[in-house]
Amino acid sequence: MDYTNDPVCTVPLALIVNMPELKENPFCGRIVESFSEDGMGNLSFNEFVDMFSVLSEMAPRELKAIYAFKIYDFNVDNYLCKEDLEKTLNRLTKEELTPEEVQLVCEKAIEEADLDGDSKLSYADFENMITRAPDFLSTFHIRI
Amino acid sequence: MRASRAGEGGEELQAERREKGRRKRARSDQEATGKERDKEEQPKIKSSKAVKTRKNVKNEKTKEMEEKQEEEEGEAEERNVKGKKKHGSAKKETREEDGGKRTVKEKAREEKKKKRKKVVETSSEQVTSEEDDNEEEDNEEKEVRPESLTPEELEMLKEAVDERKKLIQGLRGKPWSMKKKLVTLRESQEFVEKYEGALGKGKGRKLYAYKVMMTKKWMKFQRDFENFKTACIPWEMKIKEIESHFGSSVASYFIFLRWMYGINMILFCLTFGLVMVPEALMGRPYGTIPRKTVPRAEAASAMDFAVLWDFGGYAQYSVLFYGYYNNQRAIGWLKFRMPLSYFLVGVGTVAYSYMVVIRTMARNANESGVGDDNSFNFSWKMFTSWDYLIGNPETADNKFASITTSFKEAILEEQESRKDDNIHLTRFLRVLANFLVLCCLAGSGYLIYFVVRRSQKFALDGLENHTWWERNEVNMVMSLLGMFCPMLFDVISALENYHPRVALQWQLGRIFALFLGNLYTFIIALMDEINLKREEEKIIKFNITTWEASLYNSTVSENSTAPPITIQPADVPRGPCWETMVGQEFVRLIISDTMTTYITLLIGDFLRAVLVRFLNYCWCWDLEAGFPSYSEFDVSGNVLGLIFNQGMIWMGAFYAPCLPALNVLRLHVSMYLQCWAVMCCNVPQERVFKASGSNNFYMAMLLVILFLSTLPAIYTIVTIPPSFDCGPFSGKKRMFDVIQETLESDFPAWFSKVFSYASNPGLVLPFILLMVLAIYYLQSTSKSYKEANVELKKKLQTQNEENKKKNKLAALKAQTDLEEARKTASQSAELHKNNSASRQDQEDGEEDHGSCQRQYHNKNGRHPPPPVRDQDGQLPATRAPVPRTYHHVNHGSPGYLPGFPRQSEPKMHRVPSLQRH
Repeated sequence: MDYTNDPVCTVPLALIVNMPELKENPFCGRIVESFSEDGMGNLSFNEFVDMFSVLSEMAPRELKAIYAFKIYDFNVDNYLCKEDLEKTLNRLTKEELTPEEVQLVCEKAIEEADLDGDSKLSYADFENMITRAPDFLSTFHIRI
Repeated sequence: MRASRAGEGGEELQAERREKGRRKRARSDQEATGKERDKEEQPKIKSSKAVKTRKNVKNEKTKEMEEKQEEEEGEAEERNVKGKKKHGSAKKETREEDGGKRTVKEKAREEKKKKRKKVVETSSEQVTSEEDDNEEEDNEEKEVRPESLTPEELEMLKEAVDERKKLIQGLRGKPWSMKKKLVTLRESQEFVEKYEGALGKGKGRKLYAYKVMMTKKWMKFQRDFENFKTACIPWEMKIKEIESHFGSSVASYFIFLRWMYGINMILFCLTFGLVMVPEALMGRPYGTIPRKTVPRAEAASAMDFAVLWDFGGYAQYSVLFYGYYNNQRAIGWLKFRMPLSYFLVGVGTVAYSYMVVIRTMARNANESGVGDDNSFNFSWKMFTSWDYLIGNPETADNKFASITTSFKEAILEEQESRKDDNIHLTRFLRVLANFLVLCCLAGSGYLIYFVVRRSQKFALDGLENHTWWERNEVNMVMSLLGMFCPMLFDVISALENYHPRVALQWQLGRIFALFLGNLYTFIIALMDEINLKREEEKIIKFNITTWEASLYNSTVSENSTAPPITIQPADVPRGPCWETMVGQEFVRLIISDTMTTYITLLIGDFLRAVLVRFLNYCWCWDLEAGFPSYSEFDVSGNVLGLIFNQGMIWMGAFYAPCLPALNVLRLHVSMYLQCWAVMCCNVPQERVFKASGSNNFYMAMLLVILFLSTLPAIYTIVTIPPSFDCGPFSGKKRMFDVIQETLESDFPAWFSKVFSYASNPGLVLPFILLMVLAIYYLQSTSKSYKEANVELKKKLQTQNEENKKKNKLAALKAQTDLEEARKTASQSAELHKNNSASRQDQEDGEEDHGSCQRQYHNKNGRHPPPPVRDQDGQLPATRAPVPRTYHHVNHGSPGYLPGFPRQSEPKMHRVPSLQRH
């Protein structure tokens, strides 16, 4: 690699996802993608640092909420719609739940958190929900 | 000027609008500071701004335009090219214009003023402004000379600098990309560097520079100190490793252990520094008085290991126990008040423990106080149940399984399939289970009582003619009960068919009851023994007086002139000293408890793991997956063990000052041992419980134990008179008499008088009444606050919803307005000179909307968001006809999270993201 002439180099997603800290995480791909500028998961050094700074214990709750939203927003449309929730759930449970159960859970989750009734979660809905979650801060961080 | 630009089309229009917006803001700024703008100069400023904005657009046409304009106003170009030159030219120009009406200096200053204002203005919106914009700014900023600034300007500059500093500090919490953060940081730092030194004049300037330097140094020191502090936290890496393997719940045990270690360290420092060391250094040396000497009868075996292991012999007559301390009021050249110190340390130990536990509980409650409602059950499960700390495949598998089951349980609960196939059977089983548990508890209580009584009988017979088992029966039985009863409870709780979390709480409650029962049986037995010893003491006291009398008589009768016979202190008969006995009992208990813990760890975990691992090669079934398997780490059991151990420390610390030291040792060893055991021979739990929420449960238990363990200690201190010939309080009627003695002899007379008045029931009773009233008052206010809180929460929620609706409506309206305006604009591009006024109004309206948004957002990040938010995202259809430059203004903003990088420059790789809408 020629760093002198091309100082901007990126590490591909496949490499980062293999870090022991991220390896077991069902959302590892999403985490990396949401921190990369091109959305494909190629991280420059700055973005890499950014990722762990957000996931560190020191980062404030608001910041974490913003990035958590991005991570769970699989299709990057700035809303957590039903498909996003289904994907989240399937990753969390390794697709152990039946489709009916998945449907039910997603509907319930939207029903709980959706304040403006558009049957998808905007960031405001998400923030409102996540800031009250007792475990969010204790689980949404990675120690390296 | 405007007329010349009229023909250039929509892009120009945009630039103009922005310029107007800026001018407006600038004007309002000026009004606020009370400075009026020179009318002649206005166009210059405007033109410079126009140049700026056009530069941003980077359009061919605008560049042409620029040139034209530069020709018109020659100085603007220079301003753009080089700041310093421009300064000179501006001066020249003004001189020409004014024709000597004003002095040059005045004029220059005024111009600077304006620039200053611009600087202030742009610094506040710096965050959102483009990079090249900033560069230009920097060029301008160079000219500002501090000598020619008035105090108000200085104020403003200071404010700007402070703003930047704040920005730098809060930069870490901003949801921007790293690149942007770095750019902003660099710029702000440059700004601060440049103007910090320039601020202030003469004396003030020096002072300011000094202050700035000191704050810088202080910040650096603080950061270093913070790093140092984190580096000082013991076992952090070990705990992190465990955390990544086993999740946060197992780690929470180790964090609890570390916390306990800290408390014990402080207790140890208190007793060691204020009681043990002074007595050892300044008190009378060993062997000078009877209480500090091993009696003649025991001297032969006093150094045997078996005796020492039992804390008899030399260990008994040492600083480790209560009986060794002398009742001399002041010792050494320091005149250290030993008995008083002993008493106060005893009280201080308890008080400190209460304080720490309650404070920690309050802090925990604060942290987890928000999530008390259950309204987001499914969403929380979905978004917060994964523990991002997990980095171990096995733990991850278990976590997946536990999440799945928790979802299934939640679904079942949700479906409310109240089948309840046989509610009577479940009820019966639950009652039965509780009955069995009660039987277990009663049985274990009786067993302990029986064993203690038997051991007393053995003790009366003399310990030498009994076996090792008979001597250590009490401790062994207690430890074994503590080991096996929880297993029994676990089996019994399978009958009950509770939800696992409820089952865990029941289990914990039962183990708690068991331990407590055992402990209190032990204490009751101990009280019996104390009473026995006191009976013995009375007899011995009587014997001693007769013995002394006989001794005296014999010396007198033999030879009155002979020197009195000196009796070896070892030969003097002495009382049983029940305090030392109590201390010894507790120390033995702790030792045996520690030993059982370690041995169970080695056998139950390590040996089992070794057997499973290596016998698996030659066994008929799979040992690892099948029956014995590896053991799990039992968080609740271990925490309970820790809590009870601590309870015993609190109980016994008054009579055995060495207990905290012993406990520190124990905790230290178990930290390493358990860390090792967990990592090498345990498997992650099948049901991974989250750590949060249970923390305060443990703390509450600790508080209960603290209370229950101080009760007997305080009871013995207050009601039982101290032994007559051992301990720091010997010769007094009660132990707390030491306070009164100190008051009488060490304080001036008036103080004791005041004290006696104050302790008069007539004063004390009203005081207690007052305290009760205050507690009642605080209680009721806190209740009402809670209610108000709930009410406010509700209100906030409804308000949020309403706001949202309103925002939507407003956005819709603004959007349609814009759309209309643009249509007319594109229809009559050449006539837009006439239309511009209306458009401007519209723009203003839009800005108002933006500003109200800004208010909301300034709380989070200090940057004002781009003028239009929340609009296009919700109305994607209106996007299509928007010209490209319009994107330049507000794309990236609408509906976007604050976290998305604001796409301010039309770069290539951002284009796809635009088309997503």
